[in-house]
Amino acid sequence: MNTVVEKWKSYRIRSKTTKKPEKTEAFEVASQWQLMWWKFKKHKMAMFSAIVLILLYLSAIFCEFLSPKVPLERFSEYKNTPPQGIHFYSKETGFSLRPFVYDMKMTVDQKTFRRTFQEDKSKPYYIYFFVKGSEYKMWGLFNSDIHLFGTKDPNAPMFLAGTDDLGRDLLSRMLYGGRISLAFGILGIVLTLVLGLLLGGLSGYLGGFTDTVIQRTIDLLICIPTIPLWMALAAAMPRNWSALEIYFGMIIIFSIIGWTGLARVVRGKILSLREEDFTMAARLAGASDMRIVTKHLLPSFASYIIVSITLSIPATILGETALSFLGIGLMPPVVSWGVLLQDAQNLETLAYHPWLLWPASLIILTVLMFNFLGDGLRDAADPYK
Amino acid sequence: MLNYIGYRVLQLIPLLIAISIIVFFIIQLPPGDFLDTYIQQLEMSGTDVDEGTILNLQKQYGLDQPFIMQYLIWMKNMLLEGDLGRSFQWNQPVSEVIGDRLMLTMVISVISLIFVWIVAIPIGIYSATHQYSILDYVFTFIGFIGLAVPGFLIALVVLYVVFVNTGVSITGLFSPEYVDAPWSMAKVLDMLPRLVLPVVVIGMSGTAGLIRVMRGMLLDELSKQYVITARAKGVEEGRLLYKYPVRMAINPLISTIGWTLPALISGEAIVSIVLNTPTTGPILLRALMFQDMYLAGSFLLIVSVLTVLGTLLSDILLAWLDPRIRFGGVAD
Repeated sequence: MNTVVEKWKSYRIRSKTTKKPEKTEAFEVASQWQLMWWKFKKHKMAMFSAIVLILLYLSAIFCEFLSPKVPLERFSEYKNTPPQGIHFYSKETGFSLRPFVYDMKMTVDQKTFRRTFQEDKSKPYYIYFFVKGSEYKMWGLFNSDIHLFGTKDPNAPMFLAGTDDLGRDLLSRMLYGGRISLAFGILGIVLTLVLGLLLGGLSGYLGGFTDTVIQRTIDLLICIPTIPLWMALAAAMPRNWSALEIYFGMIIIFSIIGWTGLARVVRGKILSLREEDFTMAARLAGASDMRIVTKHLLPSFASYIIVSITLSIPATILGETALSFLGIGLMPPVVSWGVLLQDAQNLETLAYHPWLLWPASLIILTVLMFNFLGDGLRDAADPYK
Repeated sequence: MLNYIGYRVLQLIPLLIAISIIVFFIIQLPPGDFLDTYIQQLEMSGTDVDEGTILNLQKQYGLDQPFIMQYLIWMKNMLLEGDLGRSFQWNQPVSEVIGDRLMLTMVISVISLIFVWIVAIPIGIYSATHQYSILDYVFTFIGFIGLAVPGFLIALVVLYVVFVNTGVSITGLFSPEYVDAPWSMAKVLDMLPRLVLPVVVIGMSGTAGLIRVMRGMLLDELSKQYVITARAKGVEEGRLLYKYPVRMAINPLISTIGWTLPALISGEAIVSIVLNTPTTGPILLRALMFQDMYLAGSFLLIVSVLTVLGTLLSDILLAWLDPRIRFGGVAD
């Protein structure tokens, strides 16, 4: 109890100091969302995660502009090139503020026929901002060839994260893959949200037979191990589907399995809120069911829904990654983080071309950040506690 | 107690039927039935397609009949004759393909579950009793990583690190000389050290989750008044901790077997593909790739049924531990 009072006091003091003195007579009310925001701000890790996630999503939105190459462009001379180092200093020219990369020269081992790359110190390529490079279509709308950074010569080798076995720039592919994978997290959640809200809401509000049926369905879906079920459903998608159809097919697969968690949260909240005095008052005042749900119940648990969503986005992203990694989800030429990891499946490739694991670090970063964000939001969801 | 068990077992029957319908629906999902694929395969390999065999198979699985009849025939074959259908990819009955692999999957999953508990419970207790200590933060951080990083990525990284440092590829479960050998003590002993990696990798995320649950539950218990009373009366700290709060906090761990076990089996499916262990994962993937749906469906069915049985066991265990459930559950 004491802590509540103290917190309330601190909020009061804060709101006093932010307002101008002549307004102190006015009645001070901080809305629920305002209280949540104050509480959320205190959670440093969650704030940090929110910023990182915004950056990740911005990079996904502007991936055409940010990536130095185009994802399907092949550099046949530079297959499986390791990541190049960025240099500022060379023996000939000394220190230069403009960073540069060295050309990579291939040598073939006479015994094993393995190809290895060495930096060719005689050929530096300087990196500039806003260079003209390969042409791309921004958001599928208009053509452009300006890249945020790159070399003056569009065909010059600059592979900051290395290349794959077809000589394609991994950094560009990772940026483009982020668009597909990150969008999958958001789009995948939309249908889950609709199903979860609808079925969870019906279950909690109507009770009785509907409740039993929906609850048993949830129990049923929880018993079937998710990954084998995903795999079976994904593999059952017709082989002649286009990439877009598969993308939406996968979203549907994740949604019809994944709505259960959210439905449970919604049902639990509705069950407890249904008994609250304000619901009773609204009902006595003659409000319709629809009005009670949308005006009284929904706002009361909206914050919990946001938490639940934040925590299921990374699960969806991981699901897409796992299926694509196994080769039964998204397929090349579509580029997603999971598709990129397909190349790293085999131990031999992994041992000689470890940079192919880089997409994994982005997946881990994204999922970790979403988890931290969800944690912060969960603490903030109930600001009165 | 018997009452309770009987009640729970009865509850399972509709659940199992529903699971079998879902699985059969998935088997039927790809266009065409398995005979089409089978005939196609025979023709491709240049074998003459014998009309009689085809008709026989068609009859055996009722492929000329509507969905419901096909389902009933499938169930009948399965329950009465133990015939799970035919894998055209292996050209063998499904049950022969699965056998050993399924057992290994279960062994690995159960060992992983035990591993999860052995690791998570002490760490959870430590984290709760030393809240906000350095180690608590360390465990919380590791827990977050364990939750965020999917098992197959951990497996990939471990494979890479071991291969680069030692040049040994640690895939598979047996040394080459034992792969096809019949089961023997030597084979089991050969397998044990190789089990460590899959078990640790599969158990990682479950451990992370359980540490958080355990820590949260124990913290809740520790702040209750009976703990304060006991402490005020001078009960020794260790005795106090293990006698009441830890016991209370362990209950939810057992009730969560219901979702820990499916998660472990789920994780096993994909980790085993990366580690190439002779369990159900790789064969399931291959079956799915070739749309060998009877094989894939049988896996899904068996794994789900085993999960349901695992959940039943956990419920019974919980009822045995906690009389409130034993007596409250039936009335509910």
